[in-house]
Amino acid sequence: MSTSKETTAWSLAADIRSGVRSARTVLEEHLSVIDAGEKDIHAFNLVLIEEARAAADVVDARVAAGDDPGPLAGVPVALKDNICTRGVPTTCSSRILEGWRPPYNATVVDRLTAAGAVVVGKTNLDEFGMGSSTENSAFGVTRNPLDLTKVPGGSSGGSAAAVAAGFTPLALGSDTGGSIRQPAALCGVVGVKPTYGVVSRYGLVAFASSLDQIGPLSRTVADSALMLEVIGGHDRRDSTSIPAPAPDLTSVLDHGVEGLRVGIIEELSGDGIEGVAGDVRDRLSEAAASLEAAGATVATTSVPSTVYGLSAYYVVAPAEASSNLARYDGVRFGLRIEASNAGDMNIATRTAGFGDEVKRRIMLGTYALSAGYYDAYYGKSQKVRTLIMNDFARAYEEFDILLSPTAPTTAFPIGEKTSDPMAMYLNDVCTISSNLAGHPSMSVPFGLGNDGMPIGIQVLAPATDEPTMFRVAAVLESAAPSGHPAMGGVA
Amino acid sequence: MTEHTARQRITRTEVAHVADLARLSLTEQELDDFTNQLAAVLDHAADLEVLDLTEVEPMIHPWPLRNVLRPDVIGETSDQNEVLSSAPSIENKQFRVPPVLGEAP
Repeated sequence: MSTSKETTAWSLAADIRSGVRSARTVLEEHLSVIDAGEKDIHAFNLVLIEEARAAADVVDARVAAGDDPGPLAGVPVALKDNICTRGVPTTCSSRILEGWRPPYNATVVDRLTAAGAVVVGKTNLDEFGMGSSTENSAFGVTRNPLDLTKVPGGSSGGSAAAVAAGFTPLALGSDTGGSIRQPAALCGVVGVKPTYGVVSRYGLVAFASSLDQIGPLSRTVADSALMLEVIGGHDRRDSTSIPAPAPDLTSVLDHGVEGLRVGIIEELSGDGIEGVAGDVRDRLSEAAASLEAAGATVATTSVPSTVYGLSAYYVVAPAEASSNLARYDGVRFGLRIEASNAGDMNIATRTAGFGDEVKRRIMLGTYALSAGYYDAYYGKSQKVRTLIMNDFARAYEEFDILLSPTAPTTAFPIGEKTSDPMAMYLNDVCTISSNLAGHPSMSVPFGLGNDGMPIGIQVLAPATDEPTMFRVAAVLESAAPSGHPAMGGVA
Repeated sequence: MTEHTARQRITRTEVAHVADLARLSLTEQELDDFTNQLAAVLDHAADLEVLDLTEVEPMIHPWPLRNVLRPDVIGETSDQNEVLSSAPSIENKQFRVPPVLGEAP
């Protein structure tokens, strides 16, 4: 089914709603693509073949009865395996959740299925979202579909790989420090981290609660817009949810960038940061030039405190994680290693259930929150978040949109950074500040690096200005040098 | 910017203490490895030391949402059996754990 990489959620939903194609046929095509490629790529922890067939048949029955199943009618979607699905294992790629079947759906799952989407599986991730390569999974690595020797990025690497491989046109990821945008960039697909609070976190297994946000991955900008409209909007079950409806995105996609003021963040784009590769900088310059050609004004600008983002993040996120992951005690759900008393049972369970990276972050966070170190690390990092917020606010007085690379390099070889956590963390340097500020940003594929692997451009916007962000993304998409690297031409 | 080396920023003893607080048991080798790795991250975080933050308010959350309340009415709740079905051990519809004080016989 080589056609599946060129299909979009838009075209599938249109065909299925009008009865041109059946949801079941579309599903079977995608299942056969999965069957052919999954053995090499390992995007999924679980493929829900029978459940998906039943859901597709329901969509077809509704169309036959004259109903409209919704804007995602019959569209196959993949869910990152830290998003709760009722009665279906949700593992976070961790042994500690072995045997757990959530008693509820995440709000985003209910919204997707209410819009007609067909859930085909749960995708692999770095355990609890902690990682940038999908190598920290209890169930094995996911491979980049464009080069099986390379990582797909992470932590939503399974979702990015599923979309890039044509397994599904849409997937959900979660982004705490870049975990949607960085794998999207490395796999050559679109990935969106919405404004904090635009998408409900109810049913997303918590990593760092003040940073986590669910968002779409897709092969086109329009498909991400469609998906975000479906999953976004206020949810009373998430008290941090913004009390407003989902942003209107699909109607503004063709509005262009005439007159928009675009600023390139110098601290994240080259001279300020070690490690942003030359080919990545070249694509960024070309992307900026294409926006200028489309009528935007482009200038370089400074957001000085973003250089402290990485340090602040690797205190704040582990601190919140150490608190959130205290719930895994072997008592109520998941793994238990038996011992003769409850305390030893807690220790044995956590020691056996968590992987090294999760242990590292739990300890880092516990240390940063412990007596005598709180002010030096956690307190200071919370203040740096304020500095970053203030610097962004100043930049957005002069600019409507900011631009940077999504990741400093193209996809790196599997195994290259696993023994050096700090080297792995540096991969998040461009994406982290948006999470610390709670602002939206997205990655759009824009040409290839010297190694033939995709490069992503990051489009950043002020809080709740997803509409302008998507307008810019749409222009970049149409100006991208070789179209979508993940679309067509890939075995 | 600092005379501390990565090794000195957190000691092996401190890592052992933190592991204890976090209810994790580490081997001797893991203690060595984690000490070096945590020190490297804390060393990177030391770049925050140059900032004067005395006048800066900490940011707790991206949005100034306060006191989010809901009407005091009983809504949908989880099914007890469904919740208990994922527990490692249950007895009389309750979670069963080993003795908290003392040892199991």
